[in-house]
This record gives sequence, structure tokens and C-alpha cells, in this order.
Amino acid sequence: MNPAELHKKLIAAARTKVPDDRVPYAFEKRIMAHIAARTGADQWVYFWTRGLWRAAGACVAVAMVFGVVSLFTPVAPDNGNDLSQDFENTLLASVDPGDVTTP
Amino acid sequence: MERTEAELIAAVLAGDSPSFEPLVVKYNPRVFATARRYARRESEIEDIVQEVWLKAFHKLKSFRGEAPFEHWLMRMAVRTCYDFLRGHQRNRESSFSEISEPEEDWLDRFVADPGSAPENADAAKLLIDRVLEKLPPDARLIIQLLEIEDRSVKEIAEITGWSVPLVKVRAFRARGEMRKILSRMTQDKYL
Repeated sequence: MNPAELHKKLIAAARTKVPDDRVPYAFEKRIMAHIAARTGADQWVYFWTRGLWRAAGACVAVAMVFGVVSLFTPVAPDNGNDLSQDFENTLLASVDPGDVTTP
Repeated sequence: MERTEAELIAAVLAGDSPSFEPLVVKYNPRVFATARRYARRESEIEDIVQEVWLKAFHKLKSFRGEAPFEHWLMRMAVRTCYDFLRGHQRNRESSFSEISEPEEDWLDRFVADPGSAPENADAAKLLIDRVLEKLPPDARLIIQLLEIEDRSVKEIAEITGWSVPLVKVRAFRARGEMRKILSRMTQDKYL
């Protein structure tokens, strides 16, 4: 058998096939219902997205204002204690040796 | 008075969704005919057509009106069918042992005398469907558009969004794939 000949024959067979263009009853109603449903959902998404972007914008603005304020606020003079000492004092404040009772 | 396509499209873009319905009614038969070339089950065909229309509605803004709406829509339909083929690549590895009796008879007639096997026989149509189903999605699309629908390489490039050289390369490969499948089919049956 010649596969090339078979190829030609089958392609010719496919060409004789008239595609069926039947449309199921009220199919356009189904499409329009989907579109209406999606449009409703899209509107919700649109409003949510717009609201979230606005909120994000406001947050960035507030962060920038505080950043600028902290930049231009004069720093309190150093009282000599370094940060590590302050941290240690705070952390160990509750462990007062006078409070420890022996059983 | 009946509104023109351009008026309907403009109305849809302005937010009047119901104006889309006359377009759906007008082009549904063409979209169904296209979908039926790539899918067999009616439920799958309906899903493809639905997907085409939903895409068309949501991408209507990208329709510039330079080409007819029908061309734009059919391009979308073919691309959706291609996506469907890529998502449903089942049964491609199965053998040809399940071919029906009329198909076998047609093949026997073809083997005995190629001229005696009529190409308009239902068995031949079933057989080509079976062969097409075994092709990879890109090969099937190319064979369908280039050989069955007799479209030019340039047209296929426009429809698929592939470059002209890529279409040519894929057409070459698709023919090779099809020849391989036909050889396998004849081997399964006659060896």
C-alpha cells in the first residue's frame, strides 16, 4: 500500500465533509446569561480593585509623610547610654535579684 | 431598523451588553461549524463555542475594525479550538485495532485498488477523523487549515499568530507525522 496515496485519498475524504453548522436551541441566551453574570462579577472586581488601589495610595502617602517628618525632626541629645544597655535594662527589669526567694 | 455590525459593536463597547446578542445569533453557525472540525462530543463543542463568545465579548476592545468582524471572530475561534486540542490530548497513543468494520472494508478496497475506494464514503471520513485525532495539536491544526480547508501559509500565519517560516516548518512536520500514523495504521492491520 502506498501511504502517500492513502494520505491524498483521506484528505480528499475530509474535504468532502460539510461541517455541521447546527446551533442548539436558544444557545445565544446561554451566552448572554454568561456574559451578564460575568459582567456583574467584573464590576465587583473593578470596584474592589479601585478601592484597594486607592487604599494602597493613601498608605504610601502616609508612610512618606511620616518618613519626611522623621527625617526633619531633630534628634534628642544622646544621654550617654547606648542602645544595647537600654535594651538589657528593659529586658532584665522584671528579674530583680531582691524578688528572688529561696524555698 | 436593523443596526449594522459596527453600530452593534460600538453599542457593546459603550456598555450596552445586550447589543452583543445579534452578533452571537448571526455568527453562531460559523463558530459551531469551526468547533465541530476539532471536537467530536457535542458538550465539548458547546464549551468551545461558549469560550469563543466570552473571549470575543471581553476582547472586543481590541477589535479595531480594520478587518471584518467575522475574520477577527474566526481567528479567535480557531485559536480557542487549538487551545482545546492542547488541553485534550487523550487517546493519541492508542492503536488502530478499534477501527470499525466499514472502515476496515474501505481500507481493504483501497489496498486492492486505490481507485475503487470512494473518498466520499462515510468510512473514509471516519478514518480521517481517527487519523487526525492521533496527530499532535499543532500538526492537526496545520493539516486542517492547509490541506483540508486549503488555506494559504500566509492566511494560517495570520490565523494562528505563528510566523510564516514556523507555519512552513510545522506543515512539513505535520505531513511527516501523518505519514507515520498512516504507516502505523497499515502495519497494525496488515502485518
